[in-house]
Amino acid sequence: MSRSPSAPLHLAVALDGAGWHPAAWRESGARPRELFTARYWADLVTEAEAGLLDFVTIEDSLSLQSSRYNEPDTRTDQVRGRLDAVLVAARVAPLTRHIGLVPTTVVTHTEPFHVSKAIATLDHVSTGRAGVRVKVSARGDEPPHFGRRTLPRLPAGGWEEPAGQALIKELFAEAGDYVEVLRRLWDSWEDDAEIRDAGTGRFIDRHKVHYIDFEGARFSVKGPSITPRPPQGQPVVAALAHRAEPFRLVAGSADIGFVTPHDNTEAAAVVAEIRAAQDGAGRAEATVRLFGDLVVLLDDDPAAATERRARLDERAGAAYSSDAEIFTGTPGALADLLLDRARTGLSGFRLRPAALPQDLEQITRRLVPELQRRGAFRTAYEADTLRGLLGLSRPVSRYAAA
Amino acid sequence: MSRPVKQIHLAAHFPGVNNSTVWSDPAAGSQIDFSSFTHLARTAERAKFDFIFLAEGLRLREQNGEIYDLDVVGRPDTFTVLSALAAVTDRLGLAGTINSTFNEPYEVARQFASLDHLSAGRAAWNVVTSWDEFTGQNFRRGGFLAQEDRYERASQFLAATWELFDSWHGDEIVADKESGVFIADPAPGRFDHQVSQFDISGHFNVPRSPQGRPVIFQAGDSEEGREFAASAADAIFTRHGTLEAGQAFYADVKGRLARHGRTHDQLKILPGVTFVLGDTDADAQERAEVIRRQQVSGQTAIKFLEQLWNRDLSSCDPDGPLPEVDPLVGENTIARGRASVRMHRDPLATAAQWRALADAKQLSIRELIIEVTGRQSFIGSPATVAESLNEFVQSDASDGFILTPHLTPGGLDEFADTVVPLLQERGVFRTDYVGGTLRDHLGLGALGATRSHRRAQA
Repeated sequence: MSRSPSAPLHLAVALDGAGWHPAAWRESGARPRELFTARYWADLVTEAEAGLLDFVTIEDSLSLQSSRYNEPDTRTDQVRGRLDAVLVAARVAPLTRHIGLVPTTVVTHTEPFHVSKAIATLDHVSTGRAGVRVKVSARGDEPPHFGRRTLPRLPAGGWEEPAGQALIKELFAEAGDYVEVLRRLWDSWEDDAEIRDAGTGRFIDRHKVHYIDFEGARFSVKGPSITPRPPQGQPVVAALAHRAEPFRLVAGSADIGFVTPHDNTEAAAVVAEIRAAQDGAGRAEATVRLFGDLVVLLDDDPAAATERRARLDERAGAAYSSDAEIFTGTPGALADLLLDRARTGLSGFRLRPAALPQDLEQITRRLVPELQRRGAFRTAYEADTLRGLLGLSRPVSRYAAA
Repeated sequence: MSRPVKQIHLAAHFPGVNNSTVWSDPAAGSQIDFSSFTHLARTAERAKFDFIFLAEGLRLREQNGEIYDLDVVGRPDTFTVLSALAAVTDRLGLAGTINSTFNEPYEVARQFASLDHLSAGRAAWNVVTSWDEFTGQNFRRGGFLAQEDRYERASQFLAATWELFDSWHGDEIVADKESGVFIADPAPGRFDHQVSQFDISGHFNVPRSPQGRPVIFQAGDSEEGREFAASAADAIFTRHGTLEAGQAFYADVKGRLARHGRTHDQLKILPGVTFVLGDTDADAQERAEVIRRQQVSGQTAIKFLEQLWNRDLSSCDPDGPLPEVDPLVGENTIARGRASVRMHRDPLATAAQWRALADAKQLSIRELIIEVTGRQSFIGSPATVAESLNEFVQSDASDGFILTPHLTPGGLDEFADTVVPLLQERGVFRTDYVGGTLRDHLGLGALGATRSHRRAQA
């Protein structure tokens, strides 16, 4: 699955609050008082669209942001509070025309039926630009928000200990079932189910609307969806994956995997592991786009980028660390890195701007032109749907008679 | 008789999946394409309506064990459409039905608070219960609630979300770049709600929204529903379409407000109504007849009859007389997922009335169903309809109306162009919005910024 170095890259940005660095909201260009307004999000997404990016992701959670792994903190110097990501995506959809919209949904505490119709509707509202990033949550403060289930507390050693492994296995298996239900519900209406046949008085052909009859170990869902099949057939499903269980979710269920290698060797290993897992899941032929995640601090002058990072870290009271590699430097140097790393088999990259809007504008106004100069990025949107931009085919409903 | 002239409130209901929505007309468009929602919303906003209203569906209806196929089938997700509509309108309120049975307070509260932020204060919630195991089969929590538990859950659900909405007071976010203080409260959004249906605690993660909470609507006419509305709702969506029934309902519900420490203006009563316009009253009556026949085809009439008869009547001729047999009494098994099924509490008595009516007027099945299901509340020339609407409001049968056009998406255009200007000339309907939020449009008054945990009666 190695790729030609000249194949165009796919580029996405991950939007979260004032940016991924916890002190980002204090930067001079930041708009921390507007984080809960539509205008703020519309400005960011239209900027990303001006840069011809494939899609934006919008982070979400069912608890307050925290500097702690598994519980709320009491810090007052970081952004707290957020809006529902699906509704943010829907709010900006009519204001944009080409860019994909991929909100995050926590699958551990939500209903697949509701999320299926919400994402199908996002696809209708955006005429084919919807995706969803499914996110598992093991955070201990979320179950009491719902009072519906209890989760074993993650041990101090996190995922590495046997109890952590057992929990992660269970939650990711549930996420796999969840995605299966999403996709079946999207398929449950065939494309031509609506017939409006005045002669017989029938609005639909009921033989083209199907029960999904999902019966899993954890929940069951009857179907069909109440929302007709979305324009993309199935909106795009994405997941972030750091290690084995999440890799299996990406390989077995997703169209896009976000991965976090810190160098080319690691990137090649991750790609190989997910491709092998695709084989194991019987999805060897499925197109799964793998995006490398990078946090980026960009400036025209490398010293300025380094200084900015030092200033942000000082304000945050600690050096910023991340699951993803943190790139600090010029857009030109980032372009070098991306093109080099793309040789490992990654389809593209999801860049996490450390500070908004600065690092987003560096991506759209500096990085993108640099990649275009090198013939490595589109110069105009070549498709109207997110699947089209990603080179993913439109699935036929599994229920359609052959 | 020198009481002040009341101002009428007007809202538009996006035509849904009932047979009142005519899909066979050449002017009928998509009920899914976002362009249809945009058209109706912009028409409503152009006409200075208070809000647009969307219903919710959670399972496709069935009859005789098959998916019902004669009416519009399918609809989009309520929250997602309302949030998108916030992008193509500036002032129009955005109201949606969301059930309290197959959702959890934390999630619904954050969706409504998010919608209120994203629309700058235009969100409204019609709180309903879902009623059956049939619908529950689509949800991982499954199951269903007995009738008596549903209102308890609805009422406790609203109280729980209320606590979540109030858990942020509105002054937490400082965002002072200089001092580095983003948030004044180190543990914002605290809540702890333990009642029979819910045991939830923690921190809500959406800051207080422009309206504080969405405007709360209640639909339903039972004793519990009326009391629930009087204690906690901002508006009631009723079905009382006649002047007398409307006045009785209005007096009853408004009379309950004082006991809950609320004033007459704090609850708006808004019946859902339909209308047919024409150049003249006679012209409108003719159009109404045509529409009624579009709404009730022969097949539709048989299906309606089956819902009351609770048995397969597919061999009946819709242009012939009622069947000889009586309804099957007992649990209704023929139709599932239809609200109308629950309206026939005593099927034998209703069938006897229908027989008497059909005999007296010599009606076929189809003609009878047209007669008994008709809900065209206002039919006439624009002047006649404007006068009737105004009389309805001025005589305290309602505070306004939720209008359901029979066509998607252009069914409100004529009303906006002809009736609204006449109401404006009479001085009973606004000529422009005076405030930005839906609470402003409805004259509900702003909530205090840090109103402390006033709860819905549980």
